[in-house]
Amino acid sequence: MSQDKLEFLERSREFWNPKKTQDWQDMGVDLVIDRREGYYLFDMDGLRLIDVHLNGGTYNLGHRHPELVEVLKVGAERFDMGNHHFPALARTALAEALAACAPSPDMKFTAYGSGGGEAIDIAIKTARHATQRRKIVSIFNAYHGHTGLAVKTGDERFSKIFLSEDREGEFVQVPFNDLAAMEEALRGNDAAAVIIETIPATYGFPMPEEGYLPAVKSLCDKYGALFIADEVQTGLMRTGELWGITKYGVEPDILVTGKGISGGMYPIACVQIRERCGGWLRQDGFAHMSTMGGAELGCVVAMKVLEIVQRPEVRAMVRFNSDFLRAGLDLIKSAYADFFAGIRQHGVIMGLEFDHPEGAKPVMKHLYANGVWAIFSTLDPRVLQFKPGLLLTQADAEDLLRRVEIAVDLARDEVKGKRRRAA
Amino acid sequence: MSGRINNLVDISQSPAALRGRADIVLENAKWASHVFQRFDREATMRVVDAVARTAHDGAARYAELAVEESGFGVVAHKRIKNEMTAMPLVDYYRDDDYVNPRISENLKIVEIPRPAGVVFALTPSTNPISTLNYKIVLAMMTRNAIVISPHPAVRHCCVEAANSLAAAATAAGAPASSIQVLAEPSIPLVNEFMRSPKTSVILATGGSAMVRAAYASSNPAIGVGPGNAPVFVDSSADFEKAAARIVESKSFDNSVLCTNESVLITVPEADSRLRRALGSRGGHLCSDEETGLLRRFLFHASGFNVEAIGRDASWIANQAGIRVPRSAKILIAPIARIGVEEDLSREKLCPVLAYHVAKNRTQAISQSRAVLRLAGAGHTAAVHASDEQTAFDFARAVESYRVVVNAPCSQGAAGFGTNLAPTFTVGTGYFGRSSVGDNIGPQHLVHWTKLAYNSDRSEKFGDFRGVAARFDGPLPQAPEDGVPGRTRNDSPPGGGIAQSGIDREELRRIIAEELRAVLKG
Repeated sequence: MSQDKLEFLERSREFWNPKKTQDWQDMGVDLVIDRREGYYLFDMDGLRLIDVHLNGGTYNLGHRHPELVEVLKVGAERFDMGNHHFPALARTALAEALAACAPSPDMKFTAYGSGGGEAIDIAIKTARHATQRRKIVSIFNAYHGHTGLAVKTGDERFSKIFLSEDREGEFVQVPFNDLAAMEEALRGNDAAAVIIETIPATYGFPMPEEGYLPAVKSLCDKYGALFIADEVQTGLMRTGELWGITKYGVEPDILVTGKGISGGMYPIACVQIRERCGGWLRQDGFAHMSTMGGAELGCVVAMKVLEIVQRPEVRAMVRFNSDFLRAGLDLIKSAYADFFAGIRQHGVIMGLEFDHPEGAKPVMKHLYANGVWAIFSTLDPRVLQFKPGLLLTQADAEDLLRRVEIAVDLARDEVKGKRRRAA
Repeated sequence: MSGRINNLVDISQSPAALRGRADIVLENAKWASHVFQRFDREATMRVVDAVARTAHDGAARYAELAVEESGFGVVAHKRIKNEMTAMPLVDYYRDDDYVNPRISENLKIVEIPRPAGVVFALTPSTNPISTLNYKIVLAMMTRNAIVISPHPAVRHCCVEAANSLAAAATAAGAPASSIQVLAEPSIPLVNEFMRSPKTSVILATGGSAMVRAAYASSNPAIGVGPGNAPVFVDSSADFEKAAARIVESKSFDNSVLCTNESVLITVPEADSRLRRALGSRGGHLCSDEETGLLRRFLFHASGFNVEAIGRDASWIANQAGIRVPRSAKILIAPIARIGVEEDLSREKLCPVLAYHVAKNRTQAISQSRAVLRLAGAGHTAAVHASDEQTAFDFARAVESYRVVVNAPCSQGAAGFGTNLAPTFTVGTGYFGRSSVGDNIGPQHLVHWTKLAYNSDRSEKFGDFRGVAARFDGPLPQAPEDGVPGRTRNDSPPGGGIAQSGIDREELRRIIAEELRAVLKG
């Protein structure tokens, strides 16, 4: 490590976040991201990494995608964040564009947050207003963000420390893929909404069983709750379809998109709301306010993101990438079958499972040392989140597989020991 | 569902947007070519035959659409060209193998075909569908992906035709995106495609400016410039046959093939008989006054009058103010001089033939050289003669890489009616500032990796007949876990690991080998 980097990390500990800074050093990842371009990150000491973390799809289209940089630059000649009190050109234009490609037919309204957490809060408040109920059902180990309401829907790991966990029994959690538990939670006809990530990311992308999501939607309809699809990580073509939920045949009542919709260039998150669920927008439009929510520059970027991801070529690229990477990963998996235990996949959303309670951590470390940045699943560290970009090139996809094989080999030896296993 | 994007901030014409557009199309093509290279010959030919069949079936329809959209050419002739570039083109190359390795026991060399990858193909307005068919067939035969950039004047019919071939290709198993077409080809956009490092080779057929731009792009290019074919009718020729062939060629699709005869050169002893023969075949011999009218109509200060391209003889005569019989198929304009001072000695993509009588054979040859010096170097020339020494002397002298003998030149130089390779891209070679002097064929879209053994007799050459060629075929479809019918979640229940009896190192070796094969495609 360079002297510069050592000194920088010291300042990071001192002024930014001592524990987080140190944790990464302890995990063997001394990454300080400096330059970034396409799907490459460059550490401040020059190491190049292929990014398959993408901050949960924030960098779906790559870092500093040239068309997004251009639209932001040109947009800044005319717009700034705007004044959230007033009807605004860019906010309305993006809302129209989102309505035109919404997963449900009458999903007309869009409310804006400045980030995913705020958007989730808006979604929950919207559902509570529409149903006049308070209870929110989510999935064990779910993660929907860190703001006031969002944090309560998730694992207590992020709420207890701030004394912010739910103590009123308003936030109920049930196991994923467990319809009986879901029905139990809804049976009282007192739930405002079920909020669910189409494929729970931070939990390591466990895949919904066939029929699970449509059945949850039916239960919502039966017991008068709304279905909130958290598409922050599964939307924007990552499944090969604009919204992942569409692939499962569900028309949600509310949809939240964040991360990728910003292009990684200007913070924005959107809540799409079916007409019949958006009562508060008619009753009291000032009820939720956000100075930076739906900043017009963010809207300008988001419209370009929406336009790019819907190009037919992007769909084809996702198909090529998912098929090619899967074929390669399958082979690596069979070569290291005693360690590389499973692959969860839908499009370019992938979770790689390793046979060790924290198996994804050494894989992450060795990938890092071999020029790939992928992160373990916080809430299931057996699983590595493997999230290649929509536009990954054939050459980079091939290089990625080469590096994964090297890293899995090293991680396997570290976890299982170098000696040859008895036949 | 596709969203309607309200462009509050329009960057569509910015360099970033144009480059982005080129990049994504070409990267798709790169993916397609990568997968295509896993195909064996049988799978490849299935695609080729399907594309050719579809091109054949669409020949008449697209002939009509092309004439309608461009306003020139002859539907019946375009149909023939469209058909020729479908199944007969495939049959011409059917026995050539661009997929399997070639083994030469004598040379102790094995050659492995390596497709170019991504072919960026520009197609002209004059022969839009036939050139498109031809380039796509060549690309498919050689397992290349191709991106067609049609001439804007005919883009609608080209986009439709290319999409129909693309659909046929994928239905026959070709990777998606093997055939793509630019719906909105603008000069700045086309330049981005040509300049992109993702373009493997540019196949440029069209005007000089575009061909030069292809060469200036920094990418490998095979460009073909304009023609301006001199046709020499020697005193040893059979005048009746020569006249018939010249009229047939000049009137074929109203002379839009760049291989059409431009200037007829003959000698005094043949002159009167040749004029009579031409006249009886539908050639209208213009008077001096008529020639003057034609010259003024066809050539403006800025160059050839594009309005006249591919129009028939009556239309041109009428526009020029000349009265001709309805039977006139071509207009013959006698000229006294050849060179910069005589516009009619330039290329004319219409059924107007300049006619010049040289003093003798030697001068005829030097005048023919002058025609090609003016324009069309490296492209095409023709000779009608029974004396082979004359034919040889002519061919040796003119700066052209193909000299058609005793045949209609439009068709003959393009390989129809001669045994030249059928083509819609005529390599103009070094004379014409191009990289290839042959009729372009599939062989130009493949290079070969050569495994060259030690030539010493004591070193044995390997037996490659039994070596696996490793054609893995299309990529298997990845699962979409949880989607009905698309699930393949193979996570072991509870994260347990299946025990295998095979030694791990052995297993790893076998799989690493397979992995390498997959990665290499």
